[in-house]
Amino acid sequence: MNEVLAKTANVDMNVSDEEAIRIEKMNKWYGSFHVLRDIDLTVNRGERIVIAGPSGSGKSTLIRCINALEEHQKGRIEVDGTVLSSDVKNIDKIRSEVGMVFQHFNLFPHLTILENCTLAPIWVRKTPKKEAEETAMHFLEKVKIPDQALKYPGQLSGGQQQRVAIARSLCMRPRIMLFDEPTSALDPEMIKEVLDTMVELAEEGMTMLCVTHEMGFARQVANRVIFMDEGQIVEQNEPEEFFNNPQNPRTQLFLSQILGH
Amino acid sequence: MSDTHAQSVAFVRETQIPPSDPPSSQTGAVKWMHENLFSSWFYGLLTLLSLYVIYVVLAGFLPWLFNGVWQASSIRECREVLDGATGGCFAVLTERWNQLLFGIAYPQDSYWRPLLAFVLLFIAAAPVLFAMLPRQMLLFTAIYPFLAFWLIWGGTILWPLLALAGFIVGYVVFGRLVKQSFAYGFFGAIVAAMITWWIGGFIVPAIAPEQTLLSAVPSRDMGGFMLNMILGTVCVSLSLPIGIVLALGRQSSMPIIKWICVVYIEFIRGVPLITLLFVASVVLAYFFPPGSNLDLVLRVIIMITMFSSAYIAEVIRGGLAALPRGQYEAADSLGLDYPQAMRLIVLPQALKISIPGIVNVAVGLFKDTTLVSVISMFDLVGAIRGPILAATEWNGVYWELWLFAALLFFIVCYGISQYSQWLERQLATDHR
Repeated sequence: MNEVLAKTANVDMNVSDEEAIRIEKMNKWYGSFHVLRDIDLTVNRGERIVIAGPSGSGKSTLIRCINALEEHQKGRIEVDGTVLSSDVKNIDKIRSEVGMVFQHFNLFPHLTILENCTLAPIWVRKTPKKEAEETAMHFLEKVKIPDQALKYPGQLSGGQQQRVAIARSLCMRPRIMLFDEPTSALDPEMIKEVLDTMVELAEEGMTMLCVTHEMGFARQVANRVIFMDEGQIVEQNEPEEFFNNPQNPRTQLFLSQILGH
Repeated sequence: MSDTHAQSVAFVRETQIPPSDPPSSQTGAVKWMHENLFSSWFYGLLTLLSLYVIYVVLAGFLPWLFNGVWQASSIRECREVLDGATGGCFAVLTERWNQLLFGIAYPQDSYWRPLLAFVLLFIAAAPVLFAMLPRQMLLFTAIYPFLAFWLIWGGTILWPLLALAGFIVGYVVFGRLVKQSFAYGFFGAIVAAMITWWIGGFIVPAIAPEQTLLSAVPSRDMGGFMLNMILGTVCVSLSLPIGIVLALGRQSSMPIIKWICVVYIEFIRGVPLITLLFVASVVLAYFFPPGSNLDLVLRVIIMITMFSSAYIAEVIRGGLAALPRGQYEAADSLGLDYPQAMRLIVLPQALKISIPGIVNVAVGLFKDTTLVSVISMFDLVGAIRGPILAATEWNGVYWELWLFAALLFFIVCYGISQYSQWLERQLATDHR
């Protein structure tokens, strides 16, 4: 995997001062279970953030709060200048600006690959069908599967499906991309092709938040690695510092376990 | 080896021996019979026993069928013709053919009207059932209910036109208001349609001509298999959309909507259909203002639709529950709003999963339309039980009549079943 990721070592730091996401004192409960505690996080445009942590630490919940797939009970989330509220119009606007890639791809099995990619542009953005199809083909070429456009998701391998899922999100021309463990459900040889696609995206300066256990990816692509445990952001730092010189004992334990073998 | 020839060695076979057939006990009919019918002495015995049973049944049935009398005016005449031989008295079918199909009171000179409506039904249903047909045909499907009503019931064409006008006005209002919000458009459309019908209710009687192109046939004259077909088609096509709405309502996060749907579904499912039909025929009149007389067929349609929509709602709820949570989340994360997510992502998949269940309800509903015979409507079963078997000429011709009724229902239900299996194969895109 390392030789794949090596080429991204020269990703230039095209991070701007403009804020893409601002989270202040955000809290979330599932019933009486306190999942997220006082999360403060600011993401600048062009930043690539990897969120790591043990399972159940709330990392998926955190990024799912950003596009309101989960509701937060306290605090403030601002995405692209729009404050998340319970107003449905507001939520739909944010969701159309923020792309999301899921662990289990969640492609629509009753639609072809092309239809999967054109559906949201046509119905949400009101793009003419022909134009939407051109855009879709453009992004399918980018993720290197244009020849599968007329097949159904069930006919594709896991890696291909995940790349289609990325293309589907990109077709909405999002300004921010969220990745929720995009490679966790894939066979090892398919992880590479998905990570390649994500690296390419990072090189183009997309703002990315990525929950992943791929530490090689984090080391090479991220501007910042965030470590979460028990619903809190325990530590955040540049990858070099994060991996070589972790400060918090919980981070040290986690890294020794995950990198130990 | 390539230079080995007949000339250089003593013997080389240059042509292949033609393949010989496997032993006859291993192929064809003999093998099949050995494997499937006589694989052991016990199965052999069972085979022989079954053959004997089949023989006995056919020996009784076939002479009855082929020796049947088709021309006679009464059961006594049948018996005279048969003169003691075995044979069915199918003359009752030929003689009472019209009553079986159209009921006892439908005017004879108007039989072509329901027949035409029946033929047009196929044209109207085709674009709904077969997605490959041109979408413009749906326009005829939209007009068809009003056209069929006019054909079957006759009278002035103004009433069906008024009903159609109400829907058109509602649709136009919906199109105007839906841009603001779906709820606005939905309720605005309902109000607009109601107003149209209310105003039209005053205008139509005033301008309706005395003499109409098609003579009016009152609802109590509807009968025979025609009545079953009317009730079946109308109730299935109404209860499907209502069932979808109820199923979605039951999933709703809004407590009032959810509560209403749950109570409705649980109540209707807990009541026998026959009770609802008695309510329709007797009790319902008390709920309407004195003097208003809601048509009996309409009342029955309302009750059967209420009944089956509750069942269909539960079937579709099963389909909705079977969809992975990720499908909803993916639709949400792309920014689709609720109606779009339901229409484009959730329902196409949930309905596909629900097809066997929906067909189950539809077939059951179609057969349940015969229950209206209990509230003295002369549908196919009512016509057989009542006027035909009660007549002195045909009293005692049970087998022929009931087999005929069974055959008619079987043809329709088997057709529905075959269509649904074809549709399932068409929609199987996920694991090809």
